[in-house]
Amino acid sequence: MSQEKTWKEISLAAVTSKSSVNFQTGDWKTYMPNLTCDKCTKCLTCAILCPEGAIRPNPETGQIEFNLNYCKGCGICANECPVKAINMKIPEGE
Amino acid sequence: MSTTTTTTPTQAEWKFTAKDIVAKPDLFLSGHRACAGCGPATVLRLIMKATRGPTIVTQATGCMEIVGSIYPYTSWALPWLHTAFENAAANASGIEAALKVMRKKGKIKNEHIDVIALAGDGGTYDIGLQALSGAVERGHDFLFILYDNEGYMNTGIQRSSSTPIGASTTTSPAGTAVPGKLEKKKPITEIMLAHDLEYVATATPYYWKDLVTKVRKGLEVEGPAFLHVFAPCPRGWRSEPSKTMEYSKLAVESCVFPIWEAVNGKRQLSTPSKVISLAPQKKKPVKDYLEGQGRFRHLFKPQNTHIVDEIQQATDKRWQKLLQQCELTNP
Repeated sequence: MSQEKTWKEISLAAVTSKSSVNFQTGDWKTYMPNLTCDKCTKCLTCAILCPEGAIRPNPETGQIEFNLNYCKGCGICANECPVKAINMKIPEGE
Repeated sequence: MSTTTTTTPTQAEWKFTAKDIVAKPDLFLSGHRACAGCGPATVLRLIMKATRGPTIVTQATGCMEIVGSIYPYTSWALPWLHTAFENAAANASGIEAALKVMRKKGKIKNEHIDVIALAGDGGTYDIGLQALSGAVERGHDFLFILYDNEGYMNTGIQRSSSTPIGASTTTSPAGTAVPGKLEKKKPITEIMLAHDLEYVATATPYYWKDLVTKVRKGLEVEGPAFLHVFAPCPRGWRSEPSKTMEYSKLAVESCVFPIWEAVNGKRQLSTPSKVISLAPQKKKPVKDYLEGQGRFRHLFKPQNTHIVDEIQQATDKRWQKLLQQCELTNP
């Protein structure tokens, strides 16, 4: 039993090591956000209020883009959009 | 702030736009397992946007601790520590004291490290209250942030002392005998103000600019600071996930949760609430806020409508008291 670790060698607590960006939550959703680009004023309200951090502006065009790998389809973006440029739809073919 | 070497501007000069906030990398990452439409998740993302340099976060058990640290994943892109339900503040004071000693012994560079303690309403109002009171009494330099979703949502929607009067939860179910919770919400910010803190504030995620500014102000205070953030929970409130932010707005507009800040005990309403104090016609009835939330559904039955009136009266009374405390009068 000489291989047993002493208390000083045991880590103090469970250590989580992988970043949760490796865990994609996109398949949780029922509704999918849809952007009407003409209406969008790029105010970024949706990107700020999204609980998932799944909305980002495109670095080149500034246009809003949804990261559907993380979007859970809650619809906060559609509800809070001041110009109602986002609507929630059930994806076609499902 | 003599020990600070960070070059980040202080709040007085810190100006930011929506673009800056979005451009700043997330420290609370995507892929966390909160419910769709989670209010506290937005709150945490926004809080982390306000950090000004090296930061250590410690969190009590609760929804947001669970969803962000399911083994082996972590949603935190900064040093993060979890302890038991009651210990968020005790842990933060330990971290702060350890940093002080390490700095003294020359083990770390002489740079300032912010300490944030996060807890839900269970970990603040009920279980963590004595540790919080002790930590602020000892004067440790940390920011305590309470995200208040008005119940023990993580363990299955039990009542907490933050649950408002009339709300139905699994341990205060609405039925023929009782119409939901019978007791009032504990005035946590008054308790914290009574500790003579330099900075106490309330905020909601809908007014994100206000929230981010307040977090930064709280971090800049030398000594303990307390921030009470209202965070709607669609699962526990039985409301539409898409309306999370709408409820956090309605709570302010109906004066159920007015937002203000107190610097050295001097209270001041923040802009969204101040607008209502200056133009009382903009104040919405609490009915607008209660409607649509499943936890208050029973209040709209004919035999219970008097409770809505009682909630309205109690809300008005609290609002008038707050106006007096802010040295404002409302016609």
